[in-house]
Amino acid sequence: MMLGTTPGGGLLAFALALPVLAMLLAFVAGGRQAGRIALAALLAGLVLSLAVATGVLRGGEALVLTLGGWAPPLGVALRADGISAVMLLTTSVVMVGTALFAFTSYSGDRGESRASLVFWTLLLGLWGAMNAVLLGNDLFNLYVALELLTFAAMPLVCLDGRAETLAAALRYLFFALLGSLLYLLGVALLYGAYGTLDIVLLSRLTRADAPTLVAAALMTAGLLAKTALFPLHLWLPGAHAGAPAAASAVLSALVVKAPFFLVLRLWFDVMPELATGLAPQILAGLGALAILFGSALALRQARLKLLVAYSTVAQIGYLFLMFPLAGAAGATLAGAWTGGMLQAVSHALAKAAMFLGAGLIAEALGHDRLRDLGGAARLLPMTVVAFGLGGLSLMGLPPSGGFVAKWLLLNAAIETQQWWWGLVLLSGGLLTGGYVFRVLSASMAGPAAAAVAVVSPGRQAVVLVLAILSVVLGLLPLASFGLVQIGRLAP
Amino acid sequence: MSGAWLLDGVLLLAVPAIALASLLSRRILPALAAFVAYGLLLALVWMRLGAPDVALTEAAVGGGVTGVLLIGAAARLRMPEAEAPPGWPLRLLTALLSLGITAGLAVAVLALPEPAPSLAPQAAAQLAATQLGNPVAGVLLAFRAIDTLLEAVVLVIAVIGIWGMAPDGAWGGRPGPEQLRLAEGPVVLLAMLLPPIGIVFGIYLAWVGADAPGGAFQGGSILAAMWILAWLAGLVRPPRIDSLALRLLVVAGPALFMLVGLAGFVVADGFMAYPAAWTKPVILLVEAALTLSIAVALCLLVAGWPMRRARA
Repeated sequence: MMLGTTPGGGLLAFALALPVLAMLLAFVAGGRQAGRIALAALLAGLVLSLAVATGVLRGGEALVLTLGGWAPPLGVALRADGISAVMLLTTSVVMVGTALFAFTSYSGDRGESRASLVFWTLLLGLWGAMNAVLLGNDLFNLYVALELLTFAAMPLVCLDGRAETLAAALRYLFFALLGSLLYLLGVALLYGAYGTLDIVLLSRLTRADAPTLVAAALMTAGLLAKTALFPLHLWLPGAHAGAPAAASAVLSALVVKAPFFLVLRLWFDVMPELATGLAPQILAGLGALAILFGSALALRQARLKLLVAYSTVAQIGYLFLMFPLAGAAGATLAGAWTGGMLQAVSHALAKAAMFLGAGLIAEALGHDRLRDLGGAARLLPMTVVAFGLGGLSLMGLPPSGGFVAKWLLLNAAIETQQWWWGLVLLSGGLLTGGYVFRVLSASMAGPAAAAVAVVSPGRQAVVLVLAILSVVLGLLPLASFGLVQIGRLAP
Repeated sequence: MSGAWLLDGVLLLAVPAIALASLLSRRILPALAAFVAYGLLLALVWMRLGAPDVALTEAAVGGGVTGVLLIGAAARLRMPEAEAPPGWPLRLLTALLSLGITAGLAVAVLALPEPAPSLAPQAAAQLAATQLGNPVAGVLLAFRAIDTLLEAVVLVIAVIGIWGMAPDGAWGGRPGPEQLRLAEGPVVLLAMLLPPIGIVFGIYLAWVGADAPGGAFQGGSILAAMWILAWLAGLVRPPRIDSLALRLLVVAGPALFMLVGLAGFVVADGFMAYPAAWTKPVILLVEAALTLSIAVALCLLVAGWPMRRARA
């Protein structure tokens, strides 16, 4: 059975070409042009991802583009199903928000600086890499996409040039490269076993034999190191807290979701028959530990950015509860699938807002020590409100997107009689409430703090809009999430 | 026949031995020397497996470029020669994990189907449509052109990442240390004699890649090696990193490749497709631009980031 280009598939080419060409152009033009090129391309990209989502929704099936006219298995195809479309759109929204937030900070108005050129070119590089991961339908092509992602992300971690962020960036690089290597080993084994790396073709071929199981284990372990699932999270707090706020937002909201997205592809699309039994329980077990440890460690942090970074460790854990719930007993529970994807999207929006907000607070106060946060709320009311709204979504309180996500997962846990995952969901919510309230109560205490720098209302508004989006997600009627079910390969 | 068996036997023993030597060496330069030798031995292994394209790449990139990069990095580290080894629990854990992975791989590889399912016959059958004579070139520039394109983008990102390590004040300067004259005497002579031959050979490798083992990455590595030799001898120096010409050279390959890919929508069957009558000339044009960009990017990776602002 051949995979042919569908109507509208041509859009997918532009989702790759636009970021890549914009990055190359920004690199050549440099100076103050880099930021302008990036913002213009990202705005065009937002329209493009809306077009892809509309195409998928209207057609009711995945958009496919075979490249060069060579159909898989010989050639490579790009494929956008419902979850690709949703994540493409999320990526665009977070990227545009981040670019608006960073536009004045990395303007390059006084001549090209190191930070301005590196930030804008690599932001575009990350965007291209995200799109390549989300649209890839070939396991080796996805390896190349992961490489793009790692090499674009790593220099952003140490953008400020301090020795400690350089160390954090190196640690990230080592984890990520080990992950790439393990992933690639698995890809080679799968090619040796089936003679194709196309995901749609593989989904009909895979069987539970030794090469497939070893490949699945290697690839999953590699991807977990990249997505920072407990206990492979050790690189994340230093890297995400040390990066400049605009970079942290993209790293925490989007970059760690890319390898998670591939774990989903692997277990639900490449080998749907294997996604039952022990493996999903182990993945969710690690997710549960991530939720509990990550949240508990977030509670104990003395600095705001580290707290937000540990919160990412915990929120990544929720995503892995999808595996036993959405694939329970062979049947696929649509609710858990929707809940998991909704968690990915609402966390992306909320976490981008929280990291950008933490960055504004640190800019205005000159530090981000939780103990001395008093008066921040009077100084930056919009930002603290945004932080609170983002926190609402992380805790899973109504009416936020995070609430619907966690409620759907909880429902699935009860429906499939796996009550223990429900307990994890509830206790995770309590711990999250703890660290969010710690920040809010600290920043609301006392009179207005003395500002060391003025923060423009425009940048505060960007943060607020992202946070509001993460909440509004919860007000959408559930039927509108049907998009994430389109084009699924699992039976 | 017995000669081949003997060579295989020697490789079988030598590859793990030299890998262990590289791993266990406490001093950095011997470890790197063993690593480079490991790359060259692996190239021989690929030859024995009948994969000359992979062998050439392994020798040029795995043995050559990576070796130069690692030695350059070691020279910059200036760290104490003997590093304190990590504690035994960590080493034990690492060893157990590595053994586990090796055992898993062994089980998996032995259980793979025989004969291995392969796309090689399909690639050979469709090769005529690409007007190329080398099936590996067919895979890299036609069937899976998108992978090659994205890898070329990775190189641009690597250059940006390296430049990102520069001190803020040095931005806009020339890459690498200001006063570079590491080599003296005979090496300078070599640096004058070798490049004319090396440049011709590099261009030949890239050109012949369409029909025989070779290609943009291999040719580009040789070209880069020639520049690096002349640079080490103090005969040439890199342009400033804000030079427009330099930046255009870095992006030329991937930019042209992507534009040709998009042009496929208008003049051919779609994204990344070539116009039927012009397939080979267009592929050669893309390959030439890729070779140039790869060579320049590799030179920049070895030269490193600017350290002092260039005098205006």
